[in-house]
Amino acid sequence: MTHDIVLAGVGGQGVLSIAAIIARAAMAEGLAVRQSEVHGMAQRGGAVSAHLRISDAPIRGDLIPSGGADLILSMEPVESLRYVSFLKPDGVIVTAAEPFVNIADYPDLGPIIKAIEGLARSRVVAAAELARKAGSIRAVNMVIVGAASAFIPIAPDRMERSIAELFGAKEASVVEVNLRAFAAGRASAAAGRAAGAE
Amino acid sequence: MGINDVVLLGDEAIALGALHSGLGAAYGYPGTPSTEILEYLIGLYEKGSGPRASWCANEKTAYEEALGASFAGLRALVTMKHVGLNVAADPFVNSALVAIKGGLVLAVADDPGMHSSQDEQDSRFYAEFAMIPCLEPANQREAYEMTREAFDLSERFQVPVMIRITTRLAHSRAGVGVRGARAGNPLGKSTDKAAWTLLPGNARRRYDRLCAIQAELQAWSAASPWNVAEASSRAADFAVITGGLGRNYFEENLGDLGVSGPPSRLHIATYPLPIEKIRRLAAANKRILVIEEGAPFIEKALRGILPSGVEVNGKLDGKLPRTGELNPDNVRAALGLVPRPSARIEVPPLPSRPPQLCQGCPHADSYAAVAKAVEGLPSTLITADIGCYALGALPPFNVPEALVCMGASISMAVGAAEAGYENVVAFIGDSTFLHSGLTPLVDAVSRGAPITIVILDNSITAMTGGQPALLPSGRLEEIARGVGVDVAHVLTIDATRAATDANVAVFKREIAHRGVSVVIARRECLEAIKAKKKKGSAAVEAAKEACE
Repeated sequence: MTHDIVLAGVGGQGVLSIAAIIARAAMAEGLAVRQSEVHGMAQRGGAVSAHLRISDAPIRGDLIPSGGADLILSMEPVESLRYVSFLKPDGVIVTAAEPFVNIADYPDLGPIIKAIEGLARSRVVAAAELARKAGSIRAVNMVIVGAASAFIPIAPDRMERSIAELFGAKEASVVEVNLRAFAAGRASAAAGRAAGAE
Repeated sequence: MGINDVVLLGDEAIALGALHSGLGAAYGYPGTPSTEILEYLIGLYEKGSGPRASWCANEKTAYEEALGASFAGLRALVTMKHVGLNVAADPFVNSALVAIKGGLVLAVADDPGMHSSQDEQDSRFYAEFAMIPCLEPANQREAYEMTREAFDLSERFQVPVMIRITTRLAHSRAGVGVRGARAGNPLGKSTDKAAWTLLPGNARRRYDRLCAIQAELQAWSAASPWNVAEASSRAADFAVITGGLGRNYFEENLGDLGVSGPPSRLHIATYPLPIEKIRRLAAANKRILVIEEGAPFIEKALRGILPSGVEVNGKLDGKLPRTGELNPDNVRAALGLVPRPSARIEVPPLPSRPPQLCQGCPHADSYAAVAKAVEGLPSTLITADIGCYALGALPPFNVPEALVCMGASISMAVGAAEAGYENVVAFIGDSTFLHSGLTPLVDAVSRGAPITIVILDNSITAMTGGQPALLPSGRLEEIARGVGVDVAHVLTIDATRAATDANVAVFKREIAHRGVSVVIARRECLEAIKAKKKKGSAAVEAAKEACE
């Protein structure tokens, strides 16, 4: 089993922390993991991507080949389309629905969402709204992890444990909010497109 | 994962490898993608669980401090990015001539593709130039193991040893099996004075010695198990040589090489090049494809000048791109494989999203004020330097007209002003100023060059993740006055939007001044404030826990 994930977003959106949670859960399952990150200049509000590779066999390289990714996991719609050439023909895009607008020429959202939905199993998740309902807008990343978990071959309770460990040093309520956000994201992705997209 | 596995960035694997080699001291200057090597060690040092590890003013001082520790008998690590080695080139090349006492390892991270750099020079040329050994890991485990070996080699051959990595390894995590640590060296300086005092008479003897040990280095490289040769049963038409991450991308495509089977291959991880292994491969094959990360270093050595019976393919004949990084796809094409199919959907044209200054960044306010101050002025020329504020060269600011290397903002401004430009402004960050701005300031003052230097003082090295400034904010004014800038032309302003009008007036006045002006635009980096808050709340949490 190998599972390759391209994570996408804008510098500062927490792409690396999402990769870290999934990687942690994968390692707890006894799987090999490679997590390639972007540091330095690109982190300053620019387009960023990270490659996360999970496998039960040794992993050769740090980068996912074109046509090799099982999943594109994005913090916002436009960035989710930037790396489509990496996606397998039957691959999936999971993205937060909310655009991150820090450029003047941000395009109309309609055609962007339509393109994403051109992939049969893609999911556009109302991540901010679900995070708010879960108790904190800051849990938006956990909604995305939850939505992705529906497509990643790791047991969901393993992912939940990984989240609980990560926030373990904080108050119990923080852990609860993040676990609720995870569950909401997962439920949204599992319910299909109608529940996720606006 | 094994029970001794630790998840590490390639950078961190080097740090831990050094620590387990009995490290006595580590120095460096932050630079992507090398920064996390020293950050890891500084974290341990500050907790009291590791040897001295410190950021330095620049790569040259860092290298020399490591060299001093080695002279004193300790094992020393020095870290930098590829262009940083240009700054440290003087001590680096000369340190190949001394009799290294405590192992001295230089870990240098190259940035092919220029993710966060102004060029993509390949440090293997420096290792060859200085005639010292170089090891090039291709994964995190090798980064750990090779760093350990590098310390042994350095003490065995009494020369510095280079570990060369590239961006994708530096910033990728994987599980690494670690082994036990060994004790450090006792303090005890080298007693070989003649080997360490490089007067011409001594240096000549040392250079003879360096030339003489090249055969031993060659023998070490030829025998090194890191250079793996695998013969194939395939017809002897085609073989592959890989270097660095090239091996991983080759193996990624191995399964698709089909009925003809995998070609014979040689992976090269040690320098000087293992000549005999290369000759054996060439003797048995008609064509060799060289897949190496960085410049065509191995490829050039193979081609030479005179014709040979073996066809060599690689970056010089266009089989692989001459610039940028290797990846699974361009290596795939070089192997003659068709691209893998990928998802087919209609994607509308996407806007590019280049990096930019953070919302509310103090540098934005400084650029805005200077842009306003020079509006309508004739004969203007504006330079800038390396750091976050380099982003001021992009829209919406578009202020700097030249930006080349650390410190060049000031020295280029001096040259341009002396060439005849009248209204010359140089932007430089506080950390870059301490790195390489002091010396050109001395030039400017010595000749009264009519330039305005804007020191953007945000009290951290922001671009590389917020390393604290070496000197307290407020010391810059004293430095400027100390080297002789007229007291009336050393000014400090608040880099805020609210102060724009006042700042424009200051810049107008100072640009008109026919001598050196130093304007310190001060406001703390937003990232630094965030980091402090985080640290503060972590401290509160820790205190709470301690009370419970």
